[in-house]
Amino acid sequence: MGKVVVVTSGKGGVGKTTSTAALGAALAQRGEKVVVVDFDVGLRNLDLIMGAERRVVYDLINVIQGDAKLTQALIRDKRLETLFLLPASQTRDKDNLTEEGVERVINDLKRHFDWIICDSPAGIERGATLAMRHADVAVVVTNPEVSSVRDSDRIIGLLDSKTAKAERGERMEKHLLLTRYDSNRADRGDMLKVDDVLEILSIPLLGIIPESMDVLRASNIGAPVTIADSRSAAAMAYFEAARRLAGEALPIALPSDKRNIFDKLFGRRAA
Amino acid sequence: MTKVLTDARSIRIKGRSFLAVMLSPDLPFDDWLIRLDDLARRSAGFFLGRPVVLDVTDLPIDRAQLKELIAELSTRNVSIMGIEGGRPSILGPGMPPALKGGRPVADFEVSSKEANVEEPSKPVVAEPRPVTQSLIIREPVRSGQSVMFPEGDVTIIGSVASGAEIVAGGSVHIYGALRGRVMAGSVGNASARIFCRKLEAELVAIDGIYKMAEDLAPELHGQAVQLWLEDDTIMAEKLN
Repeated sequence: MGKVVVVTSGKGGVGKTTSTAALGAALAQRGEKVVVVDFDVGLRNLDLIMGAERRVVYDLINVIQGDAKLTQALIRDKRLETLFLLPASQTRDKDNLTEEGVERVINDLKRHFDWIICDSPAGIERGATLAMRHADVAVVVTNPEVSSVRDSDRIIGLLDSKTAKAERGERMEKHLLLTRYDSNRADRGDMLKVDDVLEILSIPLLGIIPESMDVLRASNIGAPVTIADSRSAAAMAYFEAARRLAGEALPIALPSDKRNIFDKLFGRRAA
Repeated sequence: MTKVLTDARSIRIKGRSFLAVMLSPDLPFDDWLIRLDDLARRSAGFFLGRPVVLDVTDLPIDRAQLKELIAELSTRNVSIMGIEGGRPSILGPGMPPALKGGRPVADFEVSSKEANVEEPSKPVVAEPRPVTQSLIIREPVRSGQSVMFPEGDVTIIGSVASGAEIVAGGSVHIYGALRGRVMAGSVGNASARIFCRKLEAELVAIDGIYKMAEDLAPELHGQAVQLWLEDDTIMAEKLN
């Protein structure tokens, strides 16, 4: 049976979709069968990041409502054999997600895939709660700034109370993925320190992803950064995070973008 | 004409208890309202949606003054669910019902003499000492979560996040950082205390006396602190 991972944050724009795509591609490159599921019905983005926007025929809502079979809606990635996308609908809204429908689709996917990675919409409403509802593991994406940390804290509270696992009295496994970490700003002290974020949220750290132009560039060409630029610092950090998610124990180092040395030499600024 | 029951469904009536906030105004009302506004400004939305009981015990006011006070409060979005300690003569129609100890009372009180006559003297039974209850939470209280425990003490092994709220009838012990709101002694217990490993609170209250983050001495910020009440003032000292 596959493992269901929800990538969530509460706050928007912190890097949920980017992280879903990057972790999915990183796990698929280990030879595991992965599907990334877009739960952001009405505001879908994952298809763009995965570069599959022109191949969407059926979507999650069609499958839930029985208009299409799961196999018709799944899109196989052109670069990685074992990576699939289940897109969201752009024309419907989140009210079309039903609890039974989502459970049925997730259970179907669990039989065919090793990893089911659900990209949660921002907020704490229906879409977000349904995305986390049947998860086994949660990846909480947080930026090192106060509003993002507080929203993540709220989401962790919901993960511990509103999920199927919590209602069965089990503990949801939760991991913190710190994204858009800027070592220059951290050195200057105008960003929350990693230790401060960990102290407030008190969940284990999955990885620290540096703020990087490579991520933006990868998104614009429609590829997860772990495929488009697999040698970049951000991609390396995602690869390591994926290995930790799969159960490996790796030490975590603070990212210091190697490119900074060149930036300093050429007098350019990184961001 | 006989009344025919057309709908077979019965009317559902349930008992429910709320933890009400007690407001005790003092005279002159104008000054008191200014202080209330100041509190509301620093703690926006505090009264929103909360059941509020107005305590007018021993206030020499008449019906017109009370009516005016209720109107003033309603312009501040404070809705009163009951009035405690008011003489029957100052209450009237259109006003919240009279309450006593949280229970509605009759318009006149039966004198204690009469009551004694009706009730034969009961044999004195030694009541068992009430057991102090306590609630222990073994994980951090997250933003948006609210812990209500009017029965006694609350102990938290973990932190209380910004945007979280603890309301306890007794003392509150936090083995972690306090970043949210804590209200100890909420049911009128002035001897309740608040203890925390690291004080970064948004609001602390003991027996209805409040202190906001900015009212707390800056040198206490981030320290292990205990807070208690002394003559209606919140006192604080570092724990070593």
